[in-house]
Amino acid sequence: MSLEFLENPAVPLHALPKTRTGIIGLDEITRGGLPKDRPTLICGSAGCGKTLFSIEFIVNGALSFGEPGVFMSFEEKAEELALNVASLGYDLRKLQTDKLIRVDHVHIERSEIEETGEYDLDGLFIRLGHAIDSIGAKRVVLDTIENLFSGLIDQSILRAELRRLFEWLKEKKVTAIITAERGEGTLTRHGLEEYISDCVILLDHRVANQISTRLLRIVKYRGSVHGTNEYPFLINEEGISVLPVTSLTLEHGVSSERISSGIVALDKMLEGKGFFKGSSILVSGTAGTGKTSIAASFADSVCKRGERCIFFAFEESPQQIIRNMHSIGIDLQSHIDGGLLKFHAARPTLNGLEMHLVSLHKIIQDFDPQAVIVDPITNLITVGSVSEVKSMLIRLIDFLQARQITVMFTALALSTIVSEQTDEGVSSLVDAWLLVRDIESNGERNRGLYVMKSRGMKHSNQVREFVITDGGLNLVDVFLSPEGVLTGSAREAQQLLDVTGVALREHAVTRKDREIERKRLVLEAKIASLREEFESVQDDLNKAYIEDELRKEVMEKNREQMTKNRHNEQ
Amino acid sequence: MIEQLTQLETDSDGGELFELRLFVTGASINSTRAIENLKHICETYIPGKYSLEIIDVYQQRTLAESEQIIALPLLIKKMPLPQRRLIGDMSDTVKVLKGLGISH
Repeated sequence: MSLEFLENPAVPLHALPKTRTGIIGLDEITRGGLPKDRPTLICGSAGCGKTLFSIEFIVNGALSFGEPGVFMSFEEKAEELALNVASLGYDLRKLQTDKLIRVDHVHIERSEIEETGEYDLDGLFIRLGHAIDSIGAKRVVLDTIENLFSGLIDQSILRAELRRLFEWLKEKKVTAIITAERGEGTLTRHGLEEYISDCVILLDHRVANQISTRLLRIVKYRGSVHGTNEYPFLINEEGISVLPVTSLTLEHGVSSERISSGIVALDKMLEGKGFFKGSSILVSGTAGTGKTSIAASFADSVCKRGERCIFFAFEESPQQIIRNMHSIGIDLQSHIDGGLLKFHAARPTLNGLEMHLVSLHKIIQDFDPQAVIVDPITNLITVGSVSEVKSMLIRLIDFLQARQITVMFTALALSTIVSEQTDEGVSSLVDAWLLVRDIESNGERNRGLYVMKSRGMKHSNQVREFVITDGGLNLVDVFLSPEGVLTGSAREAQQLLDVTGVALREHAVTRKDREIERKRLVLEAKIASLREEFESVQDDLNKAYIEDELRKEVMEKNREQMTKNRHNEQ
Repeated sequence: MIEQLTQLETDSDGGELFELRLFVTGASINSTRAIENLKHICETYIPGKYSLEIIDVYQQRTLAESEQIIALPLLIKKMPLPQRRLIGDMSDTVKVLKGLGISH
């Protein structure tokens, strides 16, 4: 059941040699194919795909493995068969002229035959032997050999001859598939399982809740380990693909590479780098919280990096999503035109869960994307029980992680209360969980986004307001006020209030500045007048001093004059 | 081994001509018994009014497919119409006669 088997087909020593069927998935379950050179019984009720199964075995053998094959049909004529498989792209006529395939229609008409005694089926042996030898066939299909039972009366002869036929096929060294109708309470209507005991594969077509699922089970495989589960399989235009229900080995490689979520502010909440590549992300929220918008935004960013993305839409049609996303500035159509984005829209009720999984697998394998979006997983609940949905998602995540594909699921939460578990219980499986919820206050609803968990990185623990604008998605810090967390118009009002406050404060500041200036001017004026006063006092004082000096000088002069005059008189 | 046993001389009473082909496998017990039994029946009930061709399928293996042969020995009554197929060693004379449309 390991997927590695295909990559490493080294068969251990003495192991049972096997013949690859080339049917997607079957070789993994059987660990290499059907037992080589032995007959395998494929049984199932009408319309469960036995003929298709066997024709694919033959065609794959001829085209892919270089093993020509003989298809002996007991039901359909060669032309009918060619027509039936033409829709799968198999050109039986060309393969027959190329001597890669030989189709032989065995016609048996009960009413035309009279049994007149002992007989054997040598005719069949000769016919088959001739067909095998003519093209060197390694593979043989007998579809449906049980028709012989209705064509011939003597059952004891028939049984003995069939036993001989299967032994003869082994001697002929051909790998054979014998198909048979399922009987009541037995694997086959005529008990063919008694004769073919090496490998028995049971096909089933089950309808539950008006939804059909095709299932395959290996009842028995002598000498080999094999998967024992019921494996769902899909028949589409490319034939059969069986989905091995992989056991969760948890061995897949991990990447520390980071990829953007498509919303810059959300990346910032995740260490500024975004999600891990190859991780699984769950976006849950109540109706109308913008889950699809987040998913589309993610898809947009993936495609803008030039990577491929598949969008599985289980609710809306691609056109609807493209139109809706256009309104928020996300152009998905250009990515579709560029071949980077692929939409796959289907109603969940189209087929059963397992079939959905098989088709998801197939589409992913074909497109090989780097990211996958499933929107929403909640709708799958309409076609399966919670545990079935969970097990399907486990397998899907496992499959995607093994391929390093990043996956984003959206889930509709039914209640507004933040529950610890999502409805599908996948929250424990995913690596990152974003929760978008309504915050209702002041008569309006706003969206709040939390990162509930994000493995392996520090992430913001804050609630951000999630706003959807014409230009895309954004996250805004919520306002924490005495009244609590504010969002929407309350937040805007608070923002306005703050702006007003700033203006008022600025105004107050300038008034104070002016007052100080005025005070300074007054003070400076006072200082000036005091200085004037001081100068006048100084002047007064200087004046008295100079007068004294002058008087002294004048008196001195006068005395000298008087002395002079007295001398002259003598 | 293709034997052509044609006894057409006595085409007197205007009865229909039986054109028979017997497919056998070599000299197996069933085959030899079938040849013996059939010859005896023909000689007894429709003497001179039949042509019998015995074909060994081993020798002509492509015939097995073209003639839609499964069980052997196989007797095909080509004529008179309708065509009938009889399988077995022809030991049940009543059934052989019924199959050939011969009233006795």
